[in-house]
Amino acid sequence: MTPRPARRRGAWGLRRWGPPAVVLVAIAVAWELATAVLGVEDYILPAPSAVAHALVDRWDSTLASATWVTLTEVVTGFAIAVGAGLLIACALHFSRTARSALYPWLIGSQTVPVVVIAPVLAIIFGYSLTPKLILVALLCFFPIVVATLDGLSAVDDDLRRMMRTLYGTRWSIFWRVELPTALPSLFTGLRLSAAYASTAAVFGEYSGSSDGLGHVMRQAVPQLQSALVFAAILLLSAMSVALFVLVTALETVLVGWAHEGKSTNR
Amino acid sequence: MAGRRRDTPVSPAPRSRSDRVRARADPAADGAGPGEDQGIRLVGVTRRYGDVAAVERVDLAVPPGRRLAVVGPSGCGKSTLLGLISGLDEPDEGVIDVLGAIGPAARLARCALMPQRDLLLPWRSALANAAVSLENRGMSRRAARAAVRPLFARFGLAGAEDFLPRQLSGGMRQRVAFLRTFVAGKEVLLLDEPFGALDAITRAEAQEWLRATLEAEPRTVVLVTHDVEEALLLGHEVVVLAARPGRVAARVAVDLPAVGSRRELLATAEFVGLRDEVLAALEQGSSASVEPGHL
Repeated sequence: MTPRPARRRGAWGLRRWGPPAVVLVAIAVAWELATAVLGVEDYILPAPSAVAHALVDRWDSTLASATWVTLTEVVTGFAIAVGAGLLIACALHFSRTARSALYPWLIGSQTVPVVVIAPVLAIIFGYSLTPKLILVALLCFFPIVVATLDGLSAVDDDLRRMMRTLYGTRWSIFWRVELPTALPSLFTGLRLSAAYASTAAVFGEYSGSSDGLGHVMRQAVPQLQSALVFAAILLLSAMSVALFVLVTALETVLVGWAHEGKSTNR
Repeated sequence: MAGRRRDTPVSPAPRSRSDRVRARADPAADGAGPGEDQGIRLVGVTRRYGDVAAVERVDLAVPPGRRLAVVGPSGCGKSTLLGLISGLDEPDEGVIDVLGAIGPAARLARCALMPQRDLLLPWRSALANAAVSLENRGMSRRAARAAVRPLFARFGLAGAEDFLPRQLSGGMRQRVAFLRTFVAGKEVLLLDEPFGALDAITRAEAQEWLRATLEAEPRTVVLVTHDVEEALLLGHEVVVLAARPGRVAARVAVDLPAVGSRRELLATAEFVGLRDEVLAALEQGSSASVEPGHL
């Protein structure tokens, strides 16, 4: 009958970040050794040291502004996707009519190949920010809608019935039961989308842009500046990982209760 | 069990505010008839799902402030009966009158349902879970929790306020679930196998606790269970349902001596006699439903 006290773990400590860091270092070392021993040309496969060089040398002239441009596209596009995704999911959840009318079109929107739609958007909107935002949002909103909708309808029907006898209205049940229940699922969708966002932005830049990491890569490949390409890839990956970590951190704060041992009492 | 007082009645919600909220939320006026004090009455209630009758021509009456226990085998429509009384569901035939309320919305306004599984919200502390009905009525989080906090000691839950459900034992969770039902301040409590998910020892403890609590805070209660001892311990009257279709097979008035402990009570001749009576009715009810040509 005695309640057990809450446990707290160092979720953000060495235990979490140690192993992947070790893997990263191991790969870099093996790569460096391999290129040196096998005498691989820099333009075919640059050594990590060459990539680091490019990163530092080209930071001020090229990479800094390109990173900033792409980051803006990724973050803004992702934010639009989250807003639109949540709005659409709630609309579909509340209205059966909206669900039957819109759901097929949502799935349809995902069957349009990005490779095709990116140049079309570039024709319509030119080299501006808009086509990139549309691409990022288009690719990211779908997992959010599906995951949120799943989460919202995962609520136990007995729980809804019980809440109705406790003065629960449609709105209060949504706010106090359905939305919190949907949060873990919603965050699964967010993490998937976060991984897509930077890819979508680069697609947009490939189809027509004057700056951004995609633009840098597009320029560097024909010039055989492989080290610069890898430096851009590195920055892009770092951006994706940062977004992913941000979403996960938010998840830990908001739905800590769903993860055994991670949360404390409120 | 120490620390619970039985003298002062509990009124979880500040009166003025709750009355105002209820006046808005309660569409009772449409279905309210005369005779506010007549308790719960079911007359000829039938509910079918497709071709199958879950309950058929059931008549029940529970005087205000009394407790009715409904026992029966699984599939006899016990839970259906609670859904019907609460107004979550409507009968195909018959009339249900809950303290003068006939319409489903009006019945819903008078009933609180406690399901078998505790169904506590895992992200809310025990205190916040118990307070959820007050928040549903428009009270602020802070005010709702402040209103419920004093009840924890009285319900044998002192110290559990800030724990999350998964940090509590099954027995404690069930108490929190009952407190949540109680805090809604409804006249009628509908308990659907409230301790069905607990182990035998914890269940015995919980039954004794609920009995004492309801003695101190009388409510009109309909309790559904498959546990005959639980029915006799908690009900003033026991109704035995036969299965397929669910219909009343027997009614047993429970008149037990005022003995101290549960163990002593279970050993009295009166209790043994009543238990045998209910068990006999259950046996008859189940053999009747096996008769050929009945389905």
